Amino acid sequence: MPLVLIGLVAGLFSALFGVGGGILIVPLLILATEIPARCATGTSLAAIGITALAGTILYAFEGGVDVDVGYAALVGLPAAVGAVAGTTIQQRVPVRALSLGFAALLAGVAVWLLLP
Amino acid sequence: MSAGTVAAAILLGFAAGLLAGLFGVGGGILFVPALLGLGLGQLDAEATSLLAILPTVIAGTWRQRRYGNVRWRVALLVGFTSILGVQAGVVIATALSEDLLRRLFAVLVLGVAAHLAWRARQPTPYAAGA
Repeated sequence: MPLVLIGLVAGLFSALFGVGGGILIVPLLILATEIPARCATGTSLAAIGITALAGTILYAFEGGVDVDVGYAALVGLPAAVGAVAGTTIQQRVPVRALSLGFAALLAGVAVWLLLP
Repeated sequence: MSAGTVAAAILLGFAAGLLAGLFGVGGGILFVPALLGLGLGQLDAEATSLLAILPTVIAGTWRQRRYGNVRWRVALLVGFTSILGVQAGVVIATALSEDLLRRLFAVLVLGVAAHLAWRARQPTPYAAGA
């Protein structure tokens, strides 16, 4: 039952914001199941594959919304390379130090988004 | 569109992939701003971000599967039930104004930044060997 709830909430979040929902799935899986943390991140990626595919299809059929395949490739293909690098790093080093760097990057992005 | 904008989008894409591999997310939190920077509107950026997530999580899942870190039964259950939530999310997102959606998204980005900063201060659950 908790897994069904996690799926529903993550799916809503995913389509509303154009994200995968992993920011909810990973901590909720760790809280609600006995799955170890790194397994939670791997399992989350697999679940997000289904979520994002459903979201892409539903948005593609939505009038007035464009899924831009060229731009998706422009950011998504470098990201596939980054994901391979990220999983490799995750197996070898603590990611604590990297968290702070990403926090700073996201804080900068948020400020840029909120500028008029 | 300038070469600098394209280079920034590629770099943000790569950073999104690193986030995905490290934290088990899709990377949309960086795809959406990158796509906004390329000139897409909020809703188009979100829809396009979902497509960009696919190669990212396919590569990430492929790697994590080799490390034995994917619980397939759980992933399929969460993934397939998420489709119902996705349907609701599409309805809500298309009903909101793009300006409000963009502000909500900015709040989300700030929240994730705070979450990561807080996590950096905790004994990490994702440490090597954990």
